[in-house]
Amino acid sequence: MIPALEVRELQKRYGRVRALAGVSLEVLSGECVALVGESGSGKTTLLRAFNRVVEPDGGVVLVKGRPARDLDPIRLRRETGYVPQEGGLMPHWTVRKNAALVARLLGMADADERADAALELLGLSPNEYASRWPRELSGGQRQRVAIARALATGPEVVLLDEPFGALDAITRAQVRGHFKAIRQELGTTSVLVTHDLHEAIELADRVAVLRDGRIEQAATPGVLLEKPATSYVARLLEQAGLAAAIEGGR
Amino acid sequence: MSARRGRVGFRAGWSVWAWIIILVGIPLAGLATAPTSATSAAPWPAVTSSARPVLGSDSSLMAAPRIQSTRPVVVASKPFGESYLLAEIFAQLLEARGHAVVRRLGLGSTEVAFGALRTDAVDVYPEYTGTGLLAILGEEPSGTRGEVFRRVSREFRERWGVRWLPPLGFENTYAVSVRRETAEELGLATLTDLAREGEGLIGGFSPDFLGRDDGLPGLEEAYGLRLRESRSLLQAVKYEALRGGRVDVIDAYSTDGFLARAEVVVLEDDRRFFPPYEAAPLVSRRFFEERPAAVAALTELAGLLDEARMRELNGRVEVEGEPISSVAASALAALGLVPSDHHPADASIGGMDGSAGGLAAAGRPVAVGPSGARAGSLPAYLWDRRDQTLQEIRRHLLLVGISLLAAILVAVPAGLALERVRGGAEGVIRGVGVIQTLPSIALLAFMIPLLGIGVVPAIVALFLYSLFPILRNTYSGVRDADPRAVEAAEALGMTPLQVLREIRLPLAAPVIMAGVRTAAVINVGTATLAAFIGAGGLGDPIVSGLALSDPWMILAGAIPAALLAVVVDATLGVAERGVAPRGLAEE
Repeated sequence: MIPALEVRELQKRYGRVRALAGVSLEVLSGECVALVGESGSGKTTLLRAFNRVVEPDGGVVLVKGRPARDLDPIRLRRETGYVPQEGGLMPHWTVRKNAALVARLLGMADADERADAALELLGLSPNEYASRWPRELSGGQRQRVAIARALATGPEVVLLDEPFGALDAITRAQVRGHFKAIRQELGTTSVLVTHDLHEAIELADRVAVLRDGRIEQAATPGVLLEKPATSYVARLLEQAGLAAAIEGGR
Repeated sequence: MSARRGRVGFRAGWSVWAWIIILVGIPLAGLATAPTSATSAAPWPAVTSSARPVLGSDSSLMAAPRIQSTRPVVVASKPFGESYLLAEIFAQLLEARGHAVVRRLGLGSTEVAFGALRTDAVDVYPEYTGTGLLAILGEEPSGTRGEVFRRVSREFRERWGVRWLPPLGFENTYAVSVRRETAEELGLATLTDLAREGEGLIGGFSPDFLGRDDGLPGLEEAYGLRLRESRSLLQAVKYEALRGGRVDVIDAYSTDGFLARAEVVVLEDDRRFFPPYEAAPLVSRRFFEERPAAVAALTELAGLLDEARMRELNGRVEVEGEPISSVAASALAALGLVPSDHHPADASIGGMDGSAGGLAAAGRPVAVGPSGARAGSLPAYLWDRRDQTLQEIRRHLLLVGISLLAAILVAVPAGLALERVRGGAEGVIRGVGVIQTLPSIALLAFMIPLLGIGVVPAIVALFLYSLFPILRNTYSGVRDADPRAVEAAEALGMTPLQVLREIRLPLAAPVIMAGVRTAAVINVGTATLAAFIGAGGLGDPIVSGLALSDPWMILAGAIPAALLAVVVDATLGVAERGVAPRGLAEE
């Protein structure tokens, strides 16, 4: 089976800083992969290479087996769901117009209906929220609009960059719950960037731990917890209190 | 006034600005000329082919009287009373001889007036031989009346084809003056006497006089004069300061109306320090070659105006506030050049007509001071000239509106383009910002050789001043538009054009509008200076009022200009909020 997304030996430098130092990873269709790491580990750069917001210096990105550099970047971005950090809503557009953006860019005649349906899916009743301005929403609501915008077109792949990062603990749990439910319902292939191991383990089918532009370990949560491949991963688990939890469970 | 003789130093500093303006201005100048030249062919088909298109279009904008075969004679003056009066005398004489006239009175300075004449944008204005020698030719003061006249005649003809017509018959030189009581007390009759008593006296001089080699520094050297103190005073307050005893010595001009008064004594220049300043009509090459009949009409004035008569005429204008047109008409009648029942054509300049004619006609008023002769109150005066004020406001708005619109059409796309290339953008914007540092009057004066005088060069100058605020705000507004929104828009697959049109521009709109607002308010203020190059507007009464020491007339321009600035600012403030996207929080 051809992976939905794949990178091979991906490299990227920003001046002297090496963001990606030869990363290889496959994301299977319908799978949710979490990219975990500290800031500067290269996880966001890797995410953005999938929709050509970042152009790599070396290596290849394959989208359903085709090299991404052969694809029209504008088209690729439109067809890939994307939830930027802190939402990135257009402040001068209503909630509905924001949620309908990608559908409109793809020329879908029913963009507004799709937007409303996606908002509904994320628990934002269109009647109540569709005509509001982003500034009239809470942080969690804004984040849900951003997710709705990514899902409204029914994409095969969604890329999420710290989608729950800026939220308080309660809202975070809520939005996370929404995401989980939707993924189960839609089966969308997802790549999720997070610095929170708990989140990664709760949501993802597989977790890739990045450090200094390399993948330390890519495995299912179970394997990761039981057999950390490197001392770095073990320390990371320990710091998150996960290693202890496992030991306690034994 | 200080502008009378111009300043030699003014020209040296030009070369730097000149290059900057040439680089920036010429393409723009071409832009501004192109659309109007098409319309200029209509009024005077016979002449326009050889005429500068700018002048033609400008005159048509001025709604000059339509005549079939000849274009009107453009009569100009510099911005002080005597120059206005002489120009008005020229104009009325030409009209009486059947020549249509367009008046361009109160042009900013010697540089502006002569620049306009040299480039055929003006046909005639009154000039002084000493000014020609010192300020225009840049030579040393030397020679007798006749020698100086012959020298400037030859040089002007050879260099520019510009002609000095025969002198009018009077000299207007510096006249160092004291109070009569001072003169009697200290026994002062000559400048040599003044040098003897100088240690105890305070001088009040125009800024011009204080700095010029043929002013105070030269005088100090020639006579060994040392005053206790020298203050810089404007013409308008100098006489009052002398009368009130706050200063003891002033520089006056020998034909000033104020000198006719008994309480002032002019000290004799016994060492002949001051060069001769003979007044004569200065005419352009084209006018001299193409209009012999009009030139002949002007030569009728040769030798007819002596110093005593000039002093009396100036006094009627400057001391008594009589309208210049009526003083000019009665002077021409008294000289027998025009029948006394001749009615001058509408000769209003800056609202002088009907201002205080009634009182002046009733006899010499006892009241003194520049506006002492005015009847009624300031509000009544303003109300009386409301039609004229409205016309001036209309012209003012025309100048500001067209220049602003053009600047928006150029600066907004330019700002967007700069934002796309980024590299070097700050440099370009700083470069355009240099225009802002040019003194307005210098920029206006520089327009003359390129575009003549009147509305077109004024609009181009205002356009140049408007560019910077709009360009800078467009660039930074678009650059700084909500970076998260812009980044998301790009990552979601909007094309650069879509990002610009749907995200950056709407978010930057209030910032761009703020730039337009700044430019508009600056323009309303700067446009008052456009009167110096004959573009009209609310600067007209300000320039005339300054020249005639008439505070009411100054206010007649200044008050509406200030109100206009406030209204424009408020209106565009509303527009600024109007273009702000609704989703943005009201800050």
